[in-house]
Amino acid sequence: MLLLNCPYCNLSCEETEFQAGGQAHLKRQSVGSSDQEFESYLFARKNPKGVHFERWQHVNGCGKWFHIARSTVTLEIFGSYSAQTLSPPKQIRVNINKKLPEWRWESSK
Amino acid sequence: MKRYSSFAIVREAFRNHSGWKKAWESPIPKKKYDVVIVGAGGHGLATAYYLGKNHGITNVAVLEKGWLGGGNTGRNTTIIRSNYLQDPSAAIYEKSRSLYENLSQDLNYNLMFSPRGVMMLAQTEHEVRGYKRTAMANALQGVPTEYISPEKVKELCPIINISGPRYPVLGALWQARGGTARHDAVAWGYARKCSDMGMHILQQKEVTSIISKNGRIGGVATTGGDILCDKLCIVVAGHSGALAEMGGFRLPLESVALQALVSEPIKPVMDVVVMANTVHGYMSQSDKGEMVIGGGADGYNNYTQRGSFHHIEETVRSLVETFPMISRLKMLRQWGGIVDMTGDRSPIISKTPLENCFINCGWGTGGFKAIPGSGWATAEMVASGEAGPLASPFSLNRFKEGRFIDESVAAGVAH
Repeated sequence: MLLLNCPYCNLSCEETEFQAGGQAHLKRQSVGSSDQEFESYLFARKNPKGVHFERWQHVNGCGKWFHIARSTVTLEIFGSYSAQTLSPPKQIRVNINKKLPEWRWESSK
Repeated sequence: MKRYSSFAIVREAFRNHSGWKKAWESPIPKKKYDVVIVGAGGHGLATAYYLGKNHGITNVAVLEKGWLGGGNTGRNTTIIRSNYLQDPSAAIYEKSRSLYENLSQDLNYNLMFSPRGVMMLAQTEHEVRGYKRTAMANALQGVPTEYISPEKVKELCPIINISGPRYPVLGALWQARGGTARHDAVAWGYARKCSDMGMHILQQKEVTSIISKNGRIGGVATTGGDILCDKLCIVVAGHSGALAEMGGFRLPLESVALQALVSEPIKPVMDVVVMANTVHGYMSQSDKGEMVIGGGADGYNNYTQRGSFHHIEETVRSLVETFPMISRLKMLRQWGGIVDMTGDRSPIISKTPLENCFINCGWGTGGFKAIPGSGWATAEMVASGEAGPLASPFSLNRFKEGRFIDESVAAGVAH
């Protein structure tokens, strides 16, 4: 059971209150995008064995979407943050680097 | 290789079982092979076997980072069926199911294939319509299935409560020639035959990088040294994404944990496989008497081979409603496997952007039943360089072309 922190409610709640929404920080494609870009946006996923940035919704709570950074190997959560951002905030990156000094942020292509 | 037979059992009984040989060899790796297959699970070993049997290619190595059949091949709930909605799925799963019928004889290894019948319960109006449609589609595809009434369900499986308070059983899709097989034996049987054909099964050799030159495959670097090859086939299920990254391409996959559990052994109570997709649970009884229960997959990316506790709770809760007599059973073991899910819940059997590098992945929650057919189709593709009729609809390009094989609605979570 994961314990997630909703940044809007500022509450630590059990996983069953939330719903996972897949990889975060995808660049939305629209009219004028190529087939390649659409394929990448709709289907290609990083699926890392390590740090994963993902969207969650506090579905049985405030209903808002937010982002978390989580290890897919240890299930450790490095922090949650607002979804209104293009990249993880500095504090999250620092938290990750405390555990994984080698890790660097790479934006989604 | 010495043949297994009832005569051999009698012979060995008279000499203290001293004559049994190793089922497969652990050879010293060669520098170079014609074909290297990464992943010695069911699909990888089946690919190797059909490369040798159907195409005469035996200079093959199968690499495995752990032990043979220790991934999802040894972790599934062993259900075999082919009642899929879409034509390409029905074709490959039915090929697979029909190969299972004679596979024990073919491999000279008892796979305990038991075509006891698989029923998929319809517990909502939506499912009733869906399964009636699937039964019609199956009739056109030549896959024998039928839509049966709740009374027939009760007759085939008396322990089902068909008038459940929340989800009464309204009918079921019944495939009489579906069933189960012994999952470990599938891997072991293929491995024994591959080894007999002179192929090398190299366990505890983890691939650390892929060697390529000018967009063409050269070999792999492993924890046991570099191994060169003309053709590479990646068959690693949940870890496909990691291998693809080494090859410099991305896959439309997400890895999640799917879990299963078994109860303490009890006397025979059900002789069919029952799947209840609305409530995300499926159950059969093993030959040892354990109730084998499969549940839902986690909703988030995960490599832990465990699965969330609340999913067990949900699965068991819903199964107790459908099978009230299991409410007092103790559960013995629980485990998880990492399954690779594609967007349309259909597998990928395809060439990759790297020349002479092939991939077989994306079987998600339903790979075990597909092992022989998938191996057959993948071997055909690796041998000829082009996907054959069974494999071609499952190419990677379908995501770019929007040519999906949408089984997410037809099959739901439980495969």
